[in-house]
Formats: sequence, structure tokens, C-alpha cells
Amino acid sequence: MDEPSADPLEIEPALVKGILCRFLHDEVTKVGFGRVVVGVSGGVDSALALWLAARALGAERCLAVMMPYRQSDPASLEDARRVVEAVGTPARTVDISPQIDAYFTQVPTEDRTRRGNKLARERMTVLYDCSLAESALVVGTSNKTELLLGYGTLFGDMAHALNPLGDLYKTQVYQLARHADLPARVIAKAPSADLWLGQSDEAELGFTYAVADRLLYHLVDERRTLLECQALGFDPALIASVHERIRVNQYKRRLPLIAKLSQRTIDRDFRYPRDWGY
Amino acid sequence: MSAPRLRLACLQTAPRLGDLAANCAQLAATIAAARADGADLVVTPELAMTGYFLRDLVPDVAVVVDGPELAALSRAAGDGLALVGAVVESRDHRFHNASVLVGRGGVTVVHRKVYLPTYGLFDEQRYLAAGDRFTVVEIPGADGAAWRVGVCICEDLWHPSGPWMLSRQGMDLLVCPSASPARGVRAGLGGLGSAASYQAMLRTYAECLTCFVAYGNRVGVEDGVGFWGGSRILGPDATVLAGPLGEEPGGCAAVLERGHLRRARLATPVLRDERVDVVLSGLRRLETTPQDGGG
Repeated sequence: MDEPSADPLEIEPALVKGILCRFLHDEVTKVGFGRVVVGVSGGVDSALALWLAARALGAERCLAVMMPYRQSDPASLEDARRVVEAVGTPARTVDISPQIDAYFTQVPTEDRTRRGNKLARERMTVLYDCSLAESALVVGTSNKTELLLGYGTLFGDMAHALNPLGDLYKTQVYQLARHADLPARVIAKAPSADLWLGQSDEAELGFTYAVADRLLYHLVDERRTLLECQALGFDPALIASVHERIRVNQYKRRLPLIAKLSQRTIDRDFRYPRDWGY
Repeated sequence: MSAPRLRLACLQTAPRLGDLAANCAQLAATIAAARADGADLVVTPELAMTGYFLRDLVPDVAVVVDGPELAALSRAAGDGLALVGAVVESRDHRFHNASVLVGRGGVTVVHRKVYLPTYGLFDEQRYLAAGDRFTVVEIPGADGAAWRVGVCICEDLWHPSGPWMLSRQGMDLLVCPSASPARGVRAGLGGLGSAASYQAMLRTYAECLTCFVAYGNRVGVEDGVGFWGGSRILGPDATVLAGPLGEEPGGCAAVLERGHLRRARLATPVLRDERVDVVLSGLRRLETTPQDGGG
């Protein structure tokens, strides 16, 4: 009998790739689409999502969209181009600076979160415009770590039709990416949402993905109590912080609340699968 | 004279979720094809007529025993038999996750899933009614000799009492129609966690109950959840007679020989040595023991 890896977060890359490619192929084609659109940032998540989609559907059926803002790190666009070249998909670049600047000229703010959210939501509208124009579904790139910690913009990067990475922790995304034909520097560089110059995920979160993923695994997958996590050696302050992030960001992982009136309210007692009839 | 044989085929399908007409048409064609290849019994996956994650679609895709859908599949099975997975609505409007034996001009519900998983990604008890028994059914093999078949639908297999009770009724063949989701991707397992669990269970039941085992799992993806297939047929010594299939639609078939059962039960006479009296007296003692789990 085979023995499981001592590291519970270590995945079997070929197995995961097979499941995710079947997921992308089946869930796109059975609802009548044959194409997808992926916003490519130059980071590892979107690179991997594009690579998986190309393996699932064929590179020619995947449109990579690069959406730089004038204050984005120029290296991000260069890396995004490297990704597109490596995966071999058609690509489009849409500079979102004019519409972003137009808005903030009317509504000035230096609040980085507001500005960052606006960028993420602008990119979403570009992707959904491409979706209609190209008859292509928008593939999301949020990983499980981001979704659990709420490290994403509601109706921004969290808006998409389907997501192959949402059940992979960030460190697992890296594992799978190392088995993909992706540029090494995209995998090697420090993770950043690049919503402002010099932004670093791990600096902003206050902990590393390596530590956060192990803690999240024990809290979420293993359903260990906070005290049990403490006994495993995790810092009590980190446990409290991560647990609180999971709780306060639950709203981002749900449809908006609907006030109950009738016998059958959507998503409460009107429950149908997305794949209804497919 | 050769020993009695049963020609068995397992179909591995990818149903369209909630599309009864399309699934019935596809099943009729594949059952007819398996019959043309000589199968005496054709096994389909759990809820092959409807798909699995139905939620509120359950009443919309339910069939009744004397309805046109099962009649059509019975015609497709012709002189042979097929076990098809369906939502069956009872006369008093309960909806069961059921295995229906069709063919030879008849339609019979042979098993209603007893253990409806309602945890994790499963929600069956919200939508479905539970069965209340495990009963073997006798079917004719290639030469007319009777074979005793027991059915455990997916989660039923995780409760050893079901297969054990079927075994005590003389079960020759344990059939497990399944809709098992693909999950568990930890490195080092040599495959999926869910596949490893089923592989261990199927082997254990084959050897411990010395019976043939047929596992008919589905494939495809529903609402982001993939199903891993792996359909197979095992002998009563856990030898693999057919399969395991991969993650694509298809089928596997084997000829089950009565002599194989006889040899396995001579080599490992655990059925002969089974002590029903010990079990019954133990159950009687349990009746007077609190079953609250303590605390």
C-alpha cells in the first residue's frame, strides 16, 4: 500500500492537473462555450490558470488579457508577456489608465485600498466585455489561501465564471506551477497583487504563505480547534488573526443576502445546481 | 457440462445533470449494445438516469415503476437484465435513490439506498427518502442457473452491516453502483484518496464475503465536482477480472464462473464458519445498552 506524504500539503501534480483540466474542459464546453478569457498579471496564479486552460481546451481557445495601469510595476507586464509566449495563447493588452485616472480625477483619493479595488473592478469589467465579445467564459485565478483570508476584491478579481485554483493553497499553486512549462522567474518572484508599487502579499498580510497555508490546512481541512493549532506550535496571535480573517471575510464567499419573504427564496430553499440540464 | 456462468458488464457513464430524456436515450443505446455483446446483466452507475447533485431537481427527474422511461430501458435490455440507477417516486410520493432491475419484460426496484450521506459535500437526506432493507435478488445466468445479487449503492458500502446481511442471504455477486467524487490529492497515495478508499473496501468485501464484486462508478463533472470512474469487476478472491477503468466513459465486462466461487470458498471457508448466532446474541445485548455514544 502506498503511504501518503508526510507533508499534508504536498500534492500529486499529475493527478491535480488531470482533475483541473477535466474540470475546465467539461464545465466550459457543456454549457455551450468553447473558449475562455483569463486576466494575466504576470503572477503565478494567473500564469497557472492560463496554462491549465490551454491544456484543457487548446491554447488557441484561450484569450490572455493583460491590463496594466500606468503605476503598475513594468516588470509585471513583461512577465505577463513571457507567460503568454510560453503558453502560446492569443493575447490582448488593454491599458486601463485612462478610465482609472478619469474616475479618480472626479473622486480624488490616495487611499490605496480604494484605488486598488477600483483597479481590480475595472479589470473585471474588461474581462466580462471580452467574455461577451469572444463568447468566452472568464476563468478566475483566486487560490484557496486568498479566498479564505479574504485577500481579494469582491466583484473584482473574485468575479468569474469558474475557478480551477480555488481549492489549492498558494504553496500548492507553486507546486503545480513547477510542473508546468512556465517562465522560472514568474514562479521565483515574491507574490504581489501589484495594486501599488512595491506591494508584497506577505508583507501586507503579516505572515508568509508557507505558515498561513499550514495553519489554514489544520483549521479548515482538518477542522482542528484553535487550542489544537496552538499545541502544534502555531503562534496564538497568528491563529487568532487568521481565524478572524476567515470569519470576517465569509461575506465575500457568499451570494448577497436576500431578505426572506416567500416559501422559496433563491439559494435558501430554491436550490438548483449550476449545471442544471447540462 | 460446464459450470454455470454469468456474463456481467459494467457501464461507466457521464450523465447530463437533470436531463432524464437524454440520459435514458443514452442508457438504452449502451444497454442494448452490452446485450448485443452477450451480457446477461448490465450494471449502470448510481443515478445514471439523472445525474447526482440534483438538489431541488429530484422531483422533476423522478420516475415511477410503471412509467415510460423504465419501460423503455426494459425493452433495451431485451432478454437480458440491467440494473439502472434512478430516482424512483413511490405511490405515496417519497423519492428514493434506487437500483431498478429492468429487462425480461419487467421492472423491479431491487434496492433503495439505505445510507444517504448528508455531510461534507453530500446532502442526500435533504432531498431523498432512505430505504430500510438489504435483500438479495435472484437472476438467471447464461445457462438459466440462478445467481443471487445484492446491491449496495455507494455510501451503503461504507456500512459493513449491509454487505454482511446480503452475504447471509447467499449473495454470489455484490453490485455497487456509485457516484463517488474525486477528492484527496495528497502526494504519495498513488492516486486519489477516494479511489484508494474504494479499492480497499472492494477488495475487503470480495475476500471477506468470498463473493464477486462489481463496482460501477460514474465519470464527468457536476458543479465543479469530478467523478473518478474506476469501475471494475473482482473475483471472490479479490482478483481483478475487469477494469479498473480510467476517468472516461466506457465499460468493462467479465464472465463470472460458479466454479470460481466454489474454489474461493474452499480455500477460505469464512462463510461456512460465520456465526450468526454470535451476532444475534450480541445484537440482543446491544438492545439493552445505551446507544447514545456516551457523554
